[in-house]
Amino acid sequence: MTRTPQSLPQGRRLGRIDGDVAGILLLAALLIIVLPLGLDIFRLNMVGKYLTYAFVALGLVLCWGSAGILSLGQGIFFGIGGYCMAMFLKLEASSPEATKIQSTPGIPDFMDWNQLKELPWFWEPFHSLTFATIAVVAVPALLAFIVGLAMFKRRVGGVYFAIITQAFAAILTILIIGQQGYTGGINGITDLRTLKGWDIRTDEAKLVLYFVNAALLIGCILLCLHVRRSKLGRILVALRDKEDRVRFSGYDVANFKIFVFCFAAALSAVGGAMFTLQVGFMSPSFVGIVPSIEMVIYCAVGGRLSLLGAVYGTLLVNWAKTMLSESFPELWLFAMGALFIGVVMVFPNGLAGLYQQFIAPRLGRLLPRPASRASAPIIPPHTAAD
Amino acid sequence: MFEGYSLAELGSIFAMQGFAGLILFSVFVLMALGLAIIFGQMGVINMAHGEFMILGAYVTYLCSTFISSYAPALFPVYFFIAMALAFVASGALGMLVEWAMIRFLYRRPLDTLLATWGLSLILQQVFRSVFGAREVGVVLPDWLMGSVAVTGTIEVPINGLFVMALTTAITVAIYAVMFRSRWGQGVRAVMQNRVMAGAVGINTEKVDRYTFGLGCGIAGVAGSAFTMVGSTGPTSGQLYIVDTFLVVVFGGAQSLIGTIASAFTISQAQSTMEFFLSGSTAKVLTLLTVVVILMLRPQGLFVLKVRR
Repeated sequence: MTRTPQSLPQGRRLGRIDGDVAGILLLAALLIIVLPLGLDIFRLNMVGKYLTYAFVALGLVLCWGSAGILSLGQGIFFGIGGYCMAMFLKLEASSPEATKIQSTPGIPDFMDWNQLKELPWFWEPFHSLTFATIAVVAVPALLAFIVGLAMFKRRVGGVYFAIITQAFAAILTILIIGQQGYTGGINGITDLRTLKGWDIRTDEAKLVLYFVNAALLIGCILLCLHVRRSKLGRILVALRDKEDRVRFSGYDVANFKIFVFCFAAALSAVGGAMFTLQVGFMSPSFVGIVPSIEMVIYCAVGGRLSLLGAVYGTLLVNWAKTMLSESFPELWLFAMGALFIGVVMVFPNGLAGLYQQFIAPRLGRLLPRPASRASAPIIPPHTAAD
Repeated sequence: MFEGYSLAELGSIFAMQGFAGLILFSVFVLMALGLAIIFGQMGVINMAHGEFMILGAYVTYLCSTFISSYAPALFPVYFFIAMALAFVASGALGMLVEWAMIRFLYRRPLDTLLATWGLSLILQQVFRSVFGAREVGVVLPDWLMGSVAVTGTIEVPINGLFVMALTTAITVAIYAVMFRSRWGQGVRAVMQNRVMAGAVGINTEKVDRYTFGLGCGIAGVAGSAFTMVGSTGPTSGQLYIVDTFLVVVFGGAQSLIGTIASAFTISQAQSTMEFFLSGSTAKVLTLLTVVVILMLRPQGLFVLKVRR
C-alpha cells in the first residue's frame, strides 16, 4: 500500500484495494465460519434473514451513497423478488394431490378461499423454476427501468423522487392487500414447503440456504465493488456531487441514474427471493412504506458510502431490533427514532465513518506496515433538490 | 359500474359521495397547507407532520375529557378552546424541533426526511405510552350531532359541515397572514430569495422558526378537526402522510392555491370512486393517476414563477 496524495480523493480508494479485499475476506470468514459455528440453527436462520436485507442495503449504498438518489421504495423490489419466489413455491405446494380437499384442487389455498375457480394467467408461468428465477431479477429491474425512465429523463430527482417512490410503495401494498384472491392479501403467501421436491423447512435445508445466501451476498458485494471501481462508478459519484458538470461533459446523466436504480432494484429482489426461501413466507408487510424506509436506515447506520459497512449496519440494526423487541418492545421505536436522528445529525457516515475516523488510524499504527492515514470521509454535499 | 342505478339515484350518490369527499378534502387541506408552508418555504420534508396533527387530536381529546368533568358549562364550546390549545401545543413543539434539529439540516432535504421520520417514530411511541394503543374519540356537543336533510335522498352530517366551515375559515386566515400581513411578506421574501431577504434586513432564522411553528400549528388544528370525523390512534398520522405529500407535490410545492386545488381533485376522485369500486382499488387508481401525472408534469399543477 502506498501513500497516496491527499488531494486526490480517488487515489485513496485505489490505494485501499488491499483493504477492501481484506475486509471482504474478513466478512466472508465471519459469515461462513464464525457464525455457523457459534450459533444454533434458529439464530443462524435469523442471521440469514437479516442478511437478505443486506442485499437491499448494498443496492442503497450504490444508489443513494454513490449516486445520491434516495429511493424510499426498495421494499417494492424486495417484495416483488420475494413474491416471485413465493409464487413458484406456492404452486409447487398446491399440487392437485396436496389440495384435493379444496373445491378447486390444484390452485393455492387462498385462491380457493376467495372463490377463484382457476389459476390467474399471470400465475401460470410460475410453474417453472427457471421462469421464476429470471422473474425474480427481471420484473423488479423492468419496473425500476420504467419508473427511472419516466423520472430521470424528465430530471425529477432528490426529494421528489423519494416521495414518488414512497407513493409507489404505498400503492403496491394497497394493491396486494386489496387483491386478496390473487396475492393472498394481508397474510401474504404462506405455507411454502418444497423447492423441486426438497423440503425447505428442515434444519438441514435452512443451513444450506444460509450458506447459499452468504455466498450470494459476498458475490453481490464483489459485483458492487466492481461497479464502484469502474469508470461508471466514478461518473455516479461525479453526478451526485455536480450533476450539471457531468451533463455538460457530454454524459447522458439520466441513463446512469436509470442503470444504478435498476441495479439496486435487482439486488433488493435477490434479497427478497432469499428471504422467502429462508423464512418460508412473503407478505405485504415487507413491501410498504415503513419497511422501505427502515431499509434505508440499515444502509445509513452502516455508512452510506461503504458496502461492507452496509452489511454490518444491517446485521447490527436487525439484531438490536430483535433483542429490544423481545425484551422491551416499547423501547424499540424510541431506539429506532433516535437512530434515524443520530445517524443524520451526529454521524452521517455511519459505522464505516467511525471506523475510518477512530479505528483505522490506530490499526495503522499497530500494524508494521503504515497504512495511509485515512482522510476524513467524504460527506455527500447534498445539493438542494433543484 | 353505473348499471342498476336510476339517474336520480346517481345524482344523490354523487352528491353524498361528493360531500364525503369534501370532508376528506377538509382534512387534506388543513394538513397539506401546513406541509406546503414548511415544504414550499424551507424545502424541509417533514415526515412527522402527521404526528403533529395527531398531537392536536390528542390535545382536543384531553380538552374534551377535562372540560366535561370539570367545567361542563363550557362543554358546548370546548372545541374552540381545544383548537387554540392544539395550535399552541403543536406550534410550540414545532418550534422546538426546528431549533433542536431542523436548523442544522437546511440544504440537506433528504436528511431532513430521515431525521423527521425518526422523530415521527419517537412521537408515535410517546403517544402509545401516554394514551395507549387503542384509538380514542371525543364526545361531540349536542349541536354538532345529527344531520340536515337537504332533499329526500340527500343528508349531510352537521359535524362535516362544521369541519368544512372551519377549513374555509382557516384557509382564509392563512391567506391573510401569508399575503396580507407584513410578516407573511417576510416569509414569502425568504421563500423566493433567502440571501436577498437577509440582505434587506429580514431575520431569516427567526422567520424560519416561526414558519415551521406555524406549519406545525396548522397541523395541530387539522388534528383537532380530525377528531370530529374520525377516531385517533398513535399511528393515525402515518396513514395520511404520503397522501398529504402527494397533495402538496401535485399542487406545486410553493403554491397554496395549487395545494387546495389538488386536495380537492384527489379527495373528490377518491371518494366518488370509492362508492363504485372497492376502497382499495379507488385508492390505488387515485394514487396511480397522481403519480403518472407527476411524472409527466414534475413541477405540479401550479407553478410559482421565481427567478433562481
